[in-house]
Amino acid sequence: MADGDDLPKLDDPLDIPCLKPGAMEGLEPYIAAPEHQAKLGFPGELVPDWKERALAKMAELAEKDRAFQVYLDACVKCGACTDKCHYFLGTGDPKNMPVARQDLLRSVYRRYFTFAGKHFPKLVGARDLTEEVLHEWYSYYHQCSECRRCSVFCPYGIDTAEITMAAREILDSVGMGQKYSNEIIGKVKEIGNNLGLQPKALQATLEDLEEDIEDETGVSVRIPLDEKGADILLVTPSADFFAEPHIDGLIGYAKVFHEAGVSWTLSSYASEAANFGLFIGSYENMREIALRIRKAAQDLGVKRIIFGECGHAWRVAYSFLNTLAGPWDFLDPNYPVPQHILEFTWNEIQKGTLKFDKSKNDHIRLTYHDSCNVARASRMGDKPGGQFEIPRNVIKAVCNHYYDMPDDTIREKTLCCGGGGGLLTDDLMELRKKGASPRMTALQQVTEDHGVTHMAAICAICKTQFSKVMPAFGYEMDSIVSVHQLVSNAIILTGQDTDDEEDDAGGEE
Amino acid sequence: MEYHVNGKTIPADEEGYITNLADWDKDVALEIAKSEGIEMDDERWEVVNFLRDYYDEYQIAPAVRVLIKAIKKSMGPEKGNNKYLYELFPYGPAKQACKIAGLPKPTGCV
Repeated sequence: MADGDDLPKLDDPLDIPCLKPGAMEGLEPYIAAPEHQAKLGFPGELVPDWKERALAKMAELAEKDRAFQVYLDACVKCGACTDKCHYFLGTGDPKNMPVARQDLLRSVYRRYFTFAGKHFPKLVGARDLTEEVLHEWYSYYHQCSECRRCSVFCPYGIDTAEITMAAREILDSVGMGQKYSNEIIGKVKEIGNNLGLQPKALQATLEDLEEDIEDETGVSVRIPLDEKGADILLVTPSADFFAEPHIDGLIGYAKVFHEAGVSWTLSSYASEAANFGLFIGSYENMREIALRIRKAAQDLGVKRIIFGECGHAWRVAYSFLNTLAGPWDFLDPNYPVPQHILEFTWNEIQKGTLKFDKSKNDHIRLTYHDSCNVARASRMGDKPGGQFEIPRNVIKAVCNHYYDMPDDTIREKTLCCGGGGGLLTDDLMELRKKGASPRMTALQQVTEDHGVTHMAAICAICKTQFSKVMPAFGYEMDSIVSVHQLVSNAIILTGQDTDDEEDDAGGEE
Repeated sequence: MEYHVNGKTIPADEEGYITNLADWDKDVALEIAKSEGIEMDDERWEVVNFLRDYYDEYQIAPAVRVLIKAIKKSMGPEKGNNKYLYELFPYGPAKQACKIAGLPKPTGCV
């Protein structure tokens, strides 16, 4: 395990490290057990004819998905992506240069699917598929968080994450699944969320939170579950029911809905926004998970769907929900399908429905971490770049002290938290810490320059990842906050007990 | 992996979470704690016992916030916070304390 001493000390977040060949070789996350694989329709363990099956799967993917084939064929090794990956910057392992990592698959593709590779493999760097190569794939395609920062810099527009997803799909098809992602997908299918949280436990947690809000504010704010006839279905990551600081964000959503005067509900059947089917490149699993949201929306008779703070969930929702689980013609056409909670909150702020005391966040100085899947694979609101502006607008509406990190580390060039894409597992902690070091260095710069103490994010993975790795970089674990936690801190609910009122027994201001 | 307690072999997964919840008893907890480098004291037992009671009722570990609230009630406000829980269980109250309590590991983005 990496501790503070082993972490690279960077002067600049994007410093190119000295090459350390083989530094991360052989790192393999725990393999999925047969019972995890079975629930997803994959073989339980490495099948005897793995080579034939892997090549057949590769052929199928290239045939079915033209983009994938173009990505395999089009790379000219220009090198624009080499120093754009946080895992390369953090580990120095040359196989973590995006071009090199992709070539682990491309070299095999060339060997079996191109003329030159079939006849003159050595001339074109084509490799036979061996069990060693299979393990190399398993290792390095679990050192990519599918964040797509390198794709921003690719002159051919190669979506490098698609190569990682395809590699994982091939590995799953021969029985080499990753425990973390596949166990979780199985739980969503059985119970409805990544955590395995049963409806009874969810209900109890929500009631507990309602009690907390009332104790804190004197106002009864509801967090409804499975309420038929509500207007809005909120789909949020199950981490929002469990972890810190996620749960403070959930309290923020509830307060905003309360003040906006809308009727809303959570669903125990679709109690998960995350969709790890994306991470493993499995369309079928992604679809099955997305269909749970459709069923919940129909069963509850809602008119709108809003997503909570979850990065890749918003990518799946914004970009694919219609093809995965549409058409959504039973919802109210006056609202976008789906809508992000930040769009909702920002609209309410603009309408003037919400009242804030920004000084409630004066004890902290903030920056904002753009989550990769929101930044590079989606949008918010009705203007280009809304996914960058709306979260910042909301933060600035509720906080007095806000500072951006360096330009080449935010917005579409944002650095991954280091735990995305199915890598948020303890067995990859060393990689997670090293991969976080570019982002942490950017944070340290705004801490030095502007005294920034806290970083806000809108992704459950980012929040958990940072709370775990920040202590290695000199921050407290609660230096990462939910955006709606900041909203929750500052919002003054109608009828809320405030310090002022206690002083002069006055009514509403 | 596996634990050896009082002549019995207790199977566990790669990360040290016991496979059969019914195998758990206080000696097993002490053995798991030992392998985690943790010495059990009254405070740690209180957390572990709370987790087990909660699990009996809900088949899952409680949210960190719920745990903190319970600890605050029994041990006082200076101990009812996340930081204190991490002092007791450096790898996290949810994961490490669950492991010692013989419960499955919470999965997901947590």
